This record gives sequence, structure tokens and C-alpha cells, in this order.
Amino acid sequence: MSVNECLLLLVLASSLVPGVIIFFLPESRIRLRTLLNLTGAILKLLLIGYMLWGIQHNQIYIFRHNLLPNLELVLKVDALAALFVTLSAALWLLTTFYAVGYLERSPHRSRFFGFFSLCVTATVGVAMAGNLFTFFIFYELLTLSTYPLVVHRGTEAAIRAGNIYLIYTLSGGAVLLVGIIWLYSLLGQVEFIYGGVVAALDSKYSPQLQIIFLLLIIGLGVKAALVPLHGWLPQAMVAPAPVSALLHAVAVVKAGAFGIIRIVYEVYGVEYSQSINLLTPLAIAASITIIWGSLRALWQDDLKRRLAYSTVSQVSYIVLGVSLCSPVSTIGGIVHLVHQGIMKITLFFCAGNYAETLGIHKISEMNGVGWRMPWTSLAFCIAALGMMGAPLTAGYISKLYLNQGAEIADQMWASWALTASSILNAAYFLPIMYRFWFKAQPQTWVQERIHARGRWETHGLLLIPPLVSAAATLVAGIFADTDWSPLYWVKLIVKREYLP
Amino acid sequence: MTGTLIYACVGAVLFVCGVTGLILLPHLLRKVLAFNIMGSGIFLMLVGLGQHDNISDPIPQAMVLTGIVVAVAATALALAFVRRLFYLTGKAQSVANLKSLDQTEEKLITMERNKEGDASK
Amino acid sequence: MSDPIPWLILLPLLWGLLSFLLGARRGDQVAVVCLVIQLALVALLVGQVVSEGRQYYAVGGWGAPLGINLHVDGLASVMLLLTHVVILPLGIYARYYFSHDVKGVGYFWPMLGFMSAAINTLFMSDDIFNIYVTIELLGLAAVGLVGIAGNTESILAAIRYLLVTLLGSGVYLAGVALIYGSYGSVSLTVLEPLIENEVSVAVFLAAILMLVGLLLKTALFPFHFWLPSAHGGALTPVSALLSALVIKASFYLILRMWLGVYAPLATIPTAQLLGGLGAVAILWGSVMAFNQTRLKMLIAYSTVAQIGYFFLLFPLITEVGSGAAEIAMQGGVIQLVAHALAKAAMFAASGVMILSMGKDNIALLSGISSRLPLTLFTFALAGVTLMGLPPTGGFIAKWLMVSSAVISGQWIWVVVMILGGLLSAGYVFKVLRQALLPAAAEMKFRPVNPPLEWPAFLLAFMSLSLSFVSGNVLNILGAG
Repeated sequence: MSVNECLLLLVLASSLVPGVIIFFLPESRIRLRTLLNLTGAILKLLLIGYMLWGIQHNQIYIFRHNLLPNLELVLKVDALAALFVTLSAALWLLTTFYAVGYLERSPHRSRFFGFFSLCVTATVGVAMAGNLFTFFIFYELLTLSTYPLVVHRGTEAAIRAGNIYLIYTLSGGAVLLVGIIWLYSLLGQVEFIYGGVVAALDSKYSPQLQIIFLLLIIGLGVKAALVPLHGWLPQAMVAPAPVSALLHAVAVVKAGAFGIIRIVYEVYGVEYSQSINLLTPLAIAASITIIWGSLRALWQDDLKRRLAYSTVSQVSYIVLGVSLCSPVSTIGGIVHLVHQGIMKITLFFCAGNYAETLGIHKISEMNGVGWRMPWTSLAFCIAALGMMGAPLTAGYISKLYLNQGAEIADQMWASWALTASSILNAAYFLPIMYRFWFKAQPQTWVQERIHARGRWETHGLLLIPPLVSAAATLVAGIFADTDWSPLYWVKLIVKREYLP
Repeated sequence: MTGTLIYACVGAVLFVCGVTGLILLPHLLRKVLAFNIMGSGIFLMLVGLGQHDNISDPIPQAMVLTGIVVAVAATALALAFVRRLFYLTGKAQSVANLKSLDQTEEKLITMERNKEGDASK
Repeated sequence: MSDPIPWLILLPLLWGLLSFLLGARRGDQVAVVCLVIQLALVALLVGQVVSEGRQYYAVGGWGAPLGINLHVDGLASVMLLLTHVVILPLGIYARYYFSHDVKGVGYFWPMLGFMSAAINTLFMSDDIFNIYVTIELLGLAAVGLVGIAGNTESILAAIRYLLVTLLGSGVYLAGVALIYGSYGSVSLTVLEPLIENEVSVAVFLAAILMLVGLLLKTALFPFHFWLPSAHGGALTPVSALLSALVIKASFYLILRMWLGVYAPLATIPTAQLLGGLGAVAILWGSVMAFNQTRLKMLIAYSTVAQIGYFFLLFPLITEVGSGAAEIAMQGGVIQLVAHALAKAAMFAASGVMILSMGKDNIALLSGISSRLPLTLFTFALAGVTLMGLPPTGGFIAKWLMVSSAVISGQWIWVVVMILGGLLSAGYVFKVLRQALLPAAAEMKFRPVNPPLEWPAFLLAFMSLSLSFVSGNVLNILGAG
């Protein structure tokens, strides 16, 4: 086994091994648990950093293991996988800090962190999967390992949300499985290759391929929360804030969106999918989701639910970018995978801070909260502005490329949908900001658990992660043109996808 | 109809009687008897069908001997269980009432819980 | 002892008797040691099959037609290996189990020995009369195991099970009589070419009788009525043995005869009928499992549903292209193995939980996740295998079987298999959900002996790692 092969397994093991050990740690071993978590997260980041360097120098990272004749387990890190792996590993580190602070006094922490690490392993596996079979293994593992986190609190509402979550995701997984097996029965093996693999099939298979595409998109669309398959996401918001932040805003929905990218570009190929009329329906579905999610977000009073509907809308930007069939919109879509992740995790961190510090869950309770928790609120505002697509933020870059792409592809309706969504985004974020700063504080907060001490408006571990991710939102926007920005990396990917 | 075929036919009739009894009779002892009748029917069929041209074939006879041993052992086990059941419940009836048994057990559990609840008050 | 075949029959008989004479206190040590030796013998035998092909043994030096021939091919090797891989951890589990609950321990070890001897002989038998003897012995040993607890519930379950198993083997033996009457032989090897030439009414009737007899013992819907009480009412180590292994024995026989002597009778309508019954079993078993209030009954009904899965194999291997049939066969065998490991693990884990709760009731499970995390994890792993989700052996099985159905264009079975997986998720998560709830204040869990948890975990872990060694299992299957 070569060094590069070992490296891939090590990336998986760096979260799996700590996770398994943590399961068996007694509740009271807080230090050891935190140490294990952080060691794993930092080790993973270092390994990935090394691989990023390698990819730029044309190293190939691939690991193959034959389970059965004709059934291979393939892990590989190409430029696209590296993007998603880096995103999840970096945000995992941030969320680990946050979760340590957030769950300081709650029970069952060993169980929580164990499954948390398992989820990260599954997400990284989804990113590194080199063929559809491997992808499916990690995709389902992600479902299974997030369930205990959704029901973590053990309340009536959590259990109900868990049921809905399972019904949606397991059914989606089943549909996906049928699609994958069907495709395997036609092709033998389905590896992810630039430019796609199904174009080699005879044209008499195209009706079958259309049905398979539908099955695959339904299966992936459940996790990517495409309307009408999005019902689980707002429900799953009963989970603790770190779970909503990392898993539901980043890992789970992105796993779906990432799968769609892989299917469109590396299984079907853009040109082939366009030639059998698959992309326009997908783009329409994505546009409907974008508008619908934004509209529903307007009516939510619960902050996390509003953010959840915003996620529904924002994730479909990625799908829209992918399905518009022009390189520029593809850049916009894929870069939004990263940008949306950074911005949405900031918002959820902040929502968690309000709930944990002052007991605030509803937007109507947020009058004047900006003066009580200025730093958190500042981070919130930056991320919210980013979501609206304000200049200097990461969100601006995504929307710029998406809009240009829609124009180039001559599909102006998509551009209209994006504009409408931006207006709606403003309509549901601006009132919150207005309440933060321009309304009078109430006499007492709902339930003030953590009192301000000097400069610290809340627990340090809760405050630093949103500040870091908010800063990242700005950096990714302002320095988008440098050659270490996400945008640069995405351009590299798209160059390879369109010119195989 | 040759003589051996008559054995086989009688065996088949006995077999059907035995199976019917085993399924329909409620009393366990009768079920055990029905099983023995069924067994005898099969043994007759084995011996009857195995004999061609009135030359006796030793192989089915050896099989029947084995079969008888098995049947005796099974009968003994069945009787032991029926006795144990009679000792426990005073009945040796059909086993179709397992469901009601479950229900009584549920009742017992709830009664026990109520008692515990009263005690804790 | 260069030839392991006779020792696989003699050794368990010997230790069965010995453990009866020694009593429970030392009998269990003898049993566990001998089970280890048996596992080594099976490994040796499987090695021989893989390297040299099919193995034969003529008992007492008398070959067929006068004597009894034993033979071991690929399928039998897999089943033998599976039996011993399951039975050894369960033996260790039982040792610790009886340290909590001693009722019936005196009979457990001898019965286990006899059961092991019977099931080994069954897998190696090569004639239909010898098969009758072995299924009867296996049935009697299994019935004895169900009844060892000695309370009303288990005695009732044992009697019902006994009557069904006697009826089943009686009907089977009637079929044997018809076959012997027609061909004058009971050897499978001799019969196979004979039946291929002509199918008379008598043979047709015999095939139906034998099939019905074996279906009764396998508990395929609608013959499943005896199974939940027997598997749910027995002591936990016994439930695990019965669900994991005993029903597999009669299924193995159906499969072998389907592919072997009765291949000319294995037509599409029959296969579709068996598949249809399997589909109903999946549906009915899953719904019933979901409605249970007792943990062990839930698992027992899950067995009813999983038996349905096995029978979906028949439409997938009958009169389809050889590629599809081969993939289906591989999937079916992996499914047998995965189910045996997972079901044994699941019963064993439930036994630990029940010992800790003091009662068998799903509603009392809340809070068990912090008391017995390892056991709950075991249960969850086994559950994931039953659902056929990755990364378990159950997933590989489902993948292969669905692939085969897609290739042969039998979409109805694809739907059934996918739906069946979702239904099993329903009842597995019913248990997991309850276990993740916070504990009720007045609930007191009893401590359990920690080594009790590990054999169960080992079984579940094997069902997980089966996905990585399934290639090796298929190698064994393909040999001989």
C-alpha cells in the first residue's frame, strides 16, 4: 500500500477512531474527550492540507479495494472532493470548539461526540467516494449517524422530528439505491470520471437513463432538500445548535448537493445530460425550491426554523448553478457550496448563542439584543448580508457568477429567480437586524443563563467560532481573486470538468 | 391391485387420518396418538411401496425400524411435556390459547405496577 | 483424525453426553472447549473443500446404496462454518447468561450438543432418508431447548413447536416413501439423473409433500404461526440459536433440492408462488413486529419477515439468465449468513437488556443507552444489518439480490425488497428510539455481568465485517 493510499484511509480514521474511543469513555472524562476530538480534527486538517498541496502538484490520491468481483470500494481525492473535504474538516474543527462550550452541562456527551465524529467520517467519505457504490455507503452512514443527534434531547418533539427525518432520508436512500443498482446493471461499474461515463451507452438506453436520473435526483434531492422533498429539514431543527450548524447546514444537505454535482458532471456528463433533456427540469425544480424556501422563511418566527427554510432555498443555488449548463454558472454553484457553508454555520452558531445565553428562540424576542451581545450580533449581520449577496461578502461572489452564468446560458428566467430570491432574503433578514439594533431592550431576557463578564458577552468557546466564520465570509469575498481563495480552486475544478 | 399396494393404500388412509387428527383434535393426548397413527401410516407406505414383485426389500424395513425409534423418542418427549403442562395448569388442552395467556400475563404486570404505585404513595 | 467429517458428528454427541454426566457446573466448560475444537475442525474441512473440491465420506466404509454417504460441497461448507461461528459466541454467552438465571441450565448443554450434532449431519447428508432422521433429531433437540425453562409459557410453546415439527417431518417422510417406491433409492446423487428423465404423478406429489413438510419447519408464511411463541418464549440463548440456525437448516434443504433433485419441477409458477409467500411474510412479519410490546416477540416476528426474504431467492434463480441466477444465489447465501449473525446478536443483546430491566417490555427500555451502551450499539448494528443498509453484510446481500432482480427485469421483487428494508427500519428504530429516551425516575436497572455483553457484540461486529469478507464467503460457496 502506497503512502497516498494510506493517506486517504488516515483521513477517514482521523475522525472514526476518536469517535469510537469516545463512545466508550465515561461521561466524566471531559478533558480526554476534548483532547481526542481536537487531535482528530487538527490531524485531519493537516492531512488535507498536505493533500491539497499534492493535488496542485498533480499527485493522484486513489484507494481501491475489491469487495466482490465487479464491486469495488473506491476512495479518491480529486479537486472537487478536496473542496468538500476541506470545508467539512475546517468547519468540524470550529464546531468542535463550539460544541464543547455548548454542551458543557448537558448529559450523554460521550454519545453525542461519538456520533458527531461518526457523522464527520461519513461526510468526508461522501466527499472522497470514487464511485457510486462507495458514495452510497457513506451517504447512508450519514443518515444513520445523524439520527441519534436529532433525537439527542429525548423530548417528545425531538422524537417526532427524528421519525420524520428517518422516513424522508431512508426512503430517499432506498430510491437512490434502486437508481444506482440499475445504472450498475447497465454499466458494470460506475466510477466518477470527468466528462461522465454513460455517454458511451447506446442511444436506445436513453429512456432508461432518464428514469435512472430521476431516481438518483429524488434520492439525492431528499438530503439536498429540494421542494417537495424538504420537509425533514425544518423539523430537524430541534437538534442541539452544533448539530444544526454543522450537519444540517453543511454536511447533510451538502452531501445531497454534492451528489447531484457528481451525477451531473461525472456520471452523466453535462453535454450528454443536456442532450437527453435532463438539465432544464432540474434547473426549474431548483428555481422553485429557491423561491419557495425564501417565501416560507418569511413567515417563521422561530429563528432556527427561519434559517432552515433559508437553507432549503440556498442549497438549491448550487443545484441551479450546476444545471444551467454553462461553465460560469457552474463556478457560481460549486463555490456556493463553500460560501453557503461558511455563512450558514455562522448564522446557526449565533442562533445557538442567543438560545444558550439568553434563552431566546423567537425573532419577536430579539429586540435590542445587539446591545447585549454585540459581537454575536455583528457576526450574524455579516453572514446575513452575505446571504443577501451584499458586496464584499462571499455571497456576492456566488450570486455574481450565477447571474452571469444564467445570462450566458441565455436562461434569463433563472436570473429572475435569483433576483427574486435576493429580495426575499433581504425581506426576512433585514427585519431581524432592525430589531437587533433599533428596538429597545426588554427589562429581562427570556432566560439568562450566562451573564456577561467584562468583555465576554457569553462563554468564550461560544463566541469565537462565529467570529472566525464571519471573518471567513468577509475574507472569501474580499480576497476572491487571490490564488488561495475557494473561487480560485473552483475555477480549477470547472476547468477540469469542462475540458476533460 | 396387488397385495403390497393394498398396504400402501391403507397406509395413505392412515396417514391422512393421522394428519387430520393432529391438526383438528383439541386434546393433547389425542394429538400424540394421532401422530402415532400418522407415523404408522407412513411406515406402511414405505414398506408397501418399496416391495416390487413380492420380493421383500430390506432397505425400507431398515428405514422403518429407524423411523419407529424416532417416533418412540418423539412420543416420549411429547408425553413428558404434556405431563409437565398438566402439572402446571391442570389441563392438557390444545395450545391455541396462548394469546389469552399473554393477556393474563399483561394483566398481572399491570396489577403489579398498580400495587407498586400504591405502595410508593 | 485426518478426516474431520465423522468427528463433526461424534464430538458434539460425546460432549453432549459428557456435559449431562458432569452437570451444569463443569459441563459448560467441556462444551465451550469442544465448540472451539469443532470450529477448528470445520475450518480444516472448509480448507480441504476450497483446495481439493467436494469432500465425501462413507460412514463405516459402506458406500451407497447400502451405507450412508456424507458429502460436503461449497454451500454445505458455508453453512457449517456459519453454524460454528454463531454457536461458539452463543455458547460463551450462555455460560454467563446462566450465571444470572439458572433455571434449566442442567438440560441446556446436553441439548446444545445434540442440536449441534444433528445440524452438522444435516448439512452433510446426501440422502433423503438420512435427512429425515437429521431434521427429526434437530427438531427434537430444538423443542427440548425451548422447553428447558419449564414454565407454562415455554412448555406450551414447546408442545406447539413439537407438534408442528413432527407433522412437518411426517409429511416429509411420506414424500420419501413415494420417492423410494418410484425409484428404489434415496440417495440424492442417484436420484438426480433419474428424476431428470421423467416426472410421474407420484414424484410430483412427493415433491409437494416434502416441500410442505420443510416449509412448516422453516415457518414461511402461512406456516409461521408456531414461530413467535417458540422463539420469543424460550430462554434467550435458545431463541438466538433457533432464529439464527435451526430455521436455516430446513431452508438449506429446500434450496438444495430445488437446485438439485427437483430442478425439473422448479418452474416459474412455483417460484413465483414461493416468492409471493415470501413477500406476504415480509409485510405481515414486519407489521406484527412493529405492533409488539415485548422485545423478544418483536425480534421473533422480525425472523418471520426475514424468512420471507430468503424465499425471494427462488424467483430470482429460476429460469433466468445464468448471470442473474448466479448473482442472486450469492446474494441469497450472504443474506443467510448476515441474518444468522445479526439475529443471534440481536437476541443476545435483547437478553442482556431484559436481564438488566428485569422484564421483557419495550416501554421500559428508556435510559438503557447510558446503562448498557455497548449492548444497545450491538442491537443497533444488528438492526442495520437486518435493514440491509451499508456498511453491513446485509447491504451486500441486498445489493446482489436487487441487482439480480434488475438484470432479470423482475421489478416487483425489487419493490418488495426495498420496501421490506424500510419496514424493518420501522421496527428496529421503534426499539432504538425508546432506548435513546431519558430514563424514567423510578426505573432501576440491575447490573449485569460485563462479559455477557461481548459475545453479542462480537456477533454483531461479524455481521458488519461480513461486507469486507463476503468475497471470501463466495469463494467457499463457489468451491466444490
